Parts: sequence; structure tokens; C-alpha cells
Amino acid sequence: MGVLQYVAKRIGIYLCVLLIGLTITFLLPRFMPANPIEAYISQLQARANGQLSQEAIEAMRTNLQELYGLKGDLLSQYFNYMRRVITQFDFGLSFSFYPQPVSAMILGALPWTLSLLLVSTIIAWILGNLVGLVAGYFHTKRSATVLEIVGILLYPIPYYILAVSLILLLAYVIPIFPLSPTFPVGQMTPVKFGMVLYNSLLPALTIVLAGFGWNILSMKALAVATTEEPYVTYARLKGTSNRTRMFSYVFRNAMLPQVTALALSLGTVFNGAILTEILFSYPGVGLIMRTAAGAGDYNVLYGAIAISLIAVATAALIIDLIYPLLDPRIRRR
Amino acid sequence: MTTTALAEPAATPVAGRKESWAWLLNARLLIGLAIVAVFTLCAFVLPFFAPADPSMQSTYMKNMPLSAEHVLGTNSLGQDIFWLLVFSIRNSLILGGIVAVGVTIISTIVGLSAGYIGGNFERVVMLVVDTFITIPLLPLLIMLGALIRANQAFLVLAIIIFGWAWGARTVRSMALSLREREFINMAKFSGANTFDILLREVFPYVTAYMLVNFINTMLFAINTEATLAVIGVSRVEIPTLGSIVFWALNYNALFTGNYVWIVAPIVATVVLFLGLFLSSTGFNAAFANRRGVL
Repeated sequence: MGVLQYVAKRIGIYLCVLLIGLTITFLLPRFMPANPIEAYISQLQARANGQLSQEAIEAMRTNLQELYGLKGDLLSQYFNYMRRVITQFDFGLSFSFYPQPVSAMILGALPWTLSLLLVSTIIAWILGNLVGLVAGYFHTKRSATVLEIVGILLYPIPYYILAVSLILLLAYVIPIFPLSPTFPVGQMTPVKFGMVLYNSLLPALTIVLAGFGWNILSMKALAVATTEEPYVTYARLKGTSNRTRMFSYVFRNAMLPQVTALALSLGTVFNGAILTEILFSYPGVGLIMRTAAGAGDYNVLYGAIAISLIAVATAALIIDLIYPLLDPRIRRR
Repeated sequence: MTTTALAEPAATPVAGRKESWAWLLNARLLIGLAIVAVFTLCAFVLPFFAPADPSMQSTYMKNMPLSAEHVLGTNSLGQDIFWLLVFSIRNSLILGGIVAVGVTIISTIVGLSAGYIGGNFERVVMLVVDTFITIPLLPLLIMLGALIRANQAFLVLAIIIFGWAWGARTVRSMALSLREREFINMAKFSGANTFDILLREVFPYVTAYMLVNFINTMLFAINTEATLAVIGVSRVEIPTLGSIVFWALNYNALFTGNYVWIVAPIVATVVLFLGLFLSSTGFNAAFANRRGVL
């Protein structure tokens, strides 16, 4: 009962988040004082030295409106958009890479983003929480303060500073990594895979470092509070080892809020990943977004936003659905 | 407007509790406030002495080394790096301050009312809050940047609209815990209406959180603007902590050997962010200490 209720509630929230999110991505560009169609037409007009006739422009305008889904009043546009996105996962065609469908372009890049994000977020979570656990469990010791200071120094540093500093340090001052990363395209071979791995290390390191500090600080605070709990004192008096108490008693309980926090912070982590991809030319969704923004390829841009919204919300949902496995209290309620 | 907003954090907690505010002082807070104070002072006073508008290009010779005249040298665009940095810090602080004012107001109103009124109203509000937390902000801002070569005012508005959710969550949990307290019931039975209770009884308890929230929002806003600037989708002609890095990267400051151009903004950003962060956690610790929660 408890679990079913929890799962049903969580899925309900997920659907609402998707609905609200997709509605925002639909409305936002339509209320902007810019008109991509007119911009595109004037761009073509300029390329044709102003030789396009009025009828040709008119025909093109209708065509573009159809392509962009801008025909009819706002409400019918909205239902049309939702129907296309939900039933067919259709975001229209790309302009720069016509007639490539947007969904195919983004779904091709999504595995890159997801694997980079997944690996580095898990590493940051585990490492950060372990360091935070040690700092919190031994918070009376002086050396634990050093660990906390690492967290304090790392946490406020923004992604872009980390990325640029890493390029500066590890690709320029100590040239271990390439200055301009290359990511081979086409069929994956072991050699290419090794190259991809090698080139992905710096972006991954950026995301790990950025998540590391927050996890240390948050886990430290939780571990300090948990260490003071009576059941930990009881375990100590029972004669359990430091290791058992630290992992089975303190960590087991303090990790629960950290899992929830991970689900909540996914949006922020995703932002960081996008930026990291752009700065390292890593061929994920972020790079597609930047290229599309530069080229005025609005269909790709809207599609990328909608798909990243769906991806982040789904990832948060998965974490929340794993949660009852970690917290028996929800199962037994 | 922003100057007062920036000066406020130091003043608010002191005002009401004149008897003794030594409790407020801890090492983190002192270091943090000192850093922020130095940066704020330099950023708002020094520009009056600037020899030229640093955002103008080709004012000086290009790529000059450090000297008495140009403390940090000049860049490949013929701008004085030191003055560029001073103006950048000022612009970033102003932007952060304005966003923080807006976000603090919205998140306090939303969080307080959701936490205090409760019921279906709270459920709906929290659904919206959770949605806004889940939506990745950067893609939306990249899109807005592409649609309208974002002017700063618009950017501020966008960051406020998409940035209030975290704060509202914190304030709400605070208000939730207050709802059941004795003195709230007391006020209710004395005939005070909801608005009065929120303003007179609950609000004073939340001010501490608002202050911490304010500083965190400044960090968030400065960071968001800088992020957009670094990838070149904001108005990069305006010097901010991000746009300096953008130009340095674009002109390959590393290859041309002009390290100062890229290292100086990095160092400045890290120190400023550390200062803001230490102030925020310092305030947090001080307030927790005073409530006896730690």
C-alpha cells in the first residue's frame, strides 16, 4: 500500500511536471518579441539581393508557418504541438540540416550527454559522500576540518571556471590532454572508443569536481547530526567497530536525504553538463543547442529543450522510484 | 538601488538586536564579509577614477605587459585588463543584486503562503515549484539569447522568473514548522487575520533565511549570466565576469601568451564567489547557533 501510493503520487507529479514544462517551452518562444520566420525570410532575401517577389515571399511564409507549427490560433497550435510531441515524438525538421528530423538529431546526441552525465555524476556522488562521511563522522578531529575546507573551496566555483582552469592546467601548462578535443564519428571501433574515453576525461573531471564540493558539505552536515543519534551511541556501547558504525549506521541513514537531493539537483547538473559540452566541443545535446542557437535553427533548439526537459524529469523520476528500495520506512508504512 | 540592496545584508540582522550581536560573528562570516566588502567597495568606488571606459576597444596598445600604468597589462582588443575587471565585477554585482531582490521577494511570498495556508493551495504551489526546479534553466536561456540578442534587463527578468523556486522551497519548510507553534495559535485566537499573522509573527522568523537566500541567489545569478556570456549568447560587449573570459577564449589568450587576461578574471571570480559563499554559510551557522539548533 505504502509503496503503491508513493509510486502513484510520484508518477502523477512527473506527468504534471512534463505538462507544465512542455507548455512553457511551447509558450515562451511565442511570446517573445522576435519572429524567427521573418528573420529567416529577410536572411534569404539578403542572400538573393532583394530579388524575391512578393508572391514567393508569401508562399514561403505559409510554408514556414506550417513547418514551424505556427498555423491557426494559439489554442489549436498548442494541441497540435502536444499531440505531435506526445504521440509521435515529432519536433519538425532541422533548417540547417534539412530534411533531417530534429528528434533523430537529438536522440543521436543524447547517449553522449547521458553517458558523460551518468558516469561523472555517480562518481561525484560516491566520492563526495565518502569524503563528507569521513569529515562528518570524525568531525571532532582536526584533520577532518581539512576535508571540509576542500568542500568549501570547491563548492562555490562555477562550472565554466572549472572547465577553463582545467584546460589551462591540464592541456596547456601540463599538456596531458589535447587542447582541442577530437571526437571521431561513425562506427565505433576499440581504437575510436579509447580516443573518445581519453577526450572525455577532462569534461568528466569538470562535472565530477563541480558536484564533489556540494556532496562533501551536505554529507558532512548530515553525518555530524546522525553521529549524535542515540542508536549510534548504542552501537558504540555494543562494541561495534568504527567502520561498521560509520557505514552501516551513519552512512546508511544519512544517504537517504542525499538521494532525494540528487534527484532535485539534476536540473542544475544538466545545466553544467551542457556548458561543459560546449566548452569542450563534446558532441552532446549541449553542443547541438549552441550550434542551433548560433545558426537560428529554432526547431532544433525547441526540440532540444523539450527533450532535455523530458530526460531530466525522467531521470529524477527513476531516482525517486529507486528510493523505496533504499528506505524501508516507505515500504512498511 | 543596488548599492543599498548590497549593503543591506550586513545591516538587517544587527538592527533589531542591538543589545549584543557578538553571536553573529564567526570566522567564516568575518572572512566572507571582508572579501565581499573589499570587492563591493572597489567595484563601486574605483570606476569614478577610471581613465577611460574600459569596454571601448583599441584605447591602448594591444597586448602590453604588466606595468605601473597598466597594472594587469592590456589585452588583444586594446583594453586595460585591470579596469575591465573592475567594471566587470561591478556589472556582475549589480546584476546579482537586482536578481536577488526580485527572487527573494517572490520566493518569500510564495513559500510563506504555501507553508502557512497549506491544503490544496500548498499542493498546487509545490507542484509548480518542483516543476521549476526540474526544468533545466540553461537551455531556455540559450533559446532566449538566440531569439532576442538578450539585453541585460530581459536577462535579469528571465533569471528571476526561473530562479525563485529553490528559495520558495526553503521558506516553505520554515513556515511549515512555524505553523504548529503556540504563539501562532495565540495570535489566531486573538483574532488576527492570516495576513497579519504572516507579516507580524511568521515573517520575522524567516528573515534569517531570506538573508542567506539573498546571498545564494546573487551567486546563482552572477554565475548564470557569466555562463551565458562565456558561451557567447548574451550581450558580450558589456563587461561582466563571464564576458571577459569569453573574449579571452575567443582571442586565444593562451596561445598568444596573454595569461593575465584569462587568469585574472578566474582568480577574481573564485575569490568573490568564495566570499559570498562564506558569508552565506557564516550567517546560516550564526542564526542556527542562536536558535540553538546547530
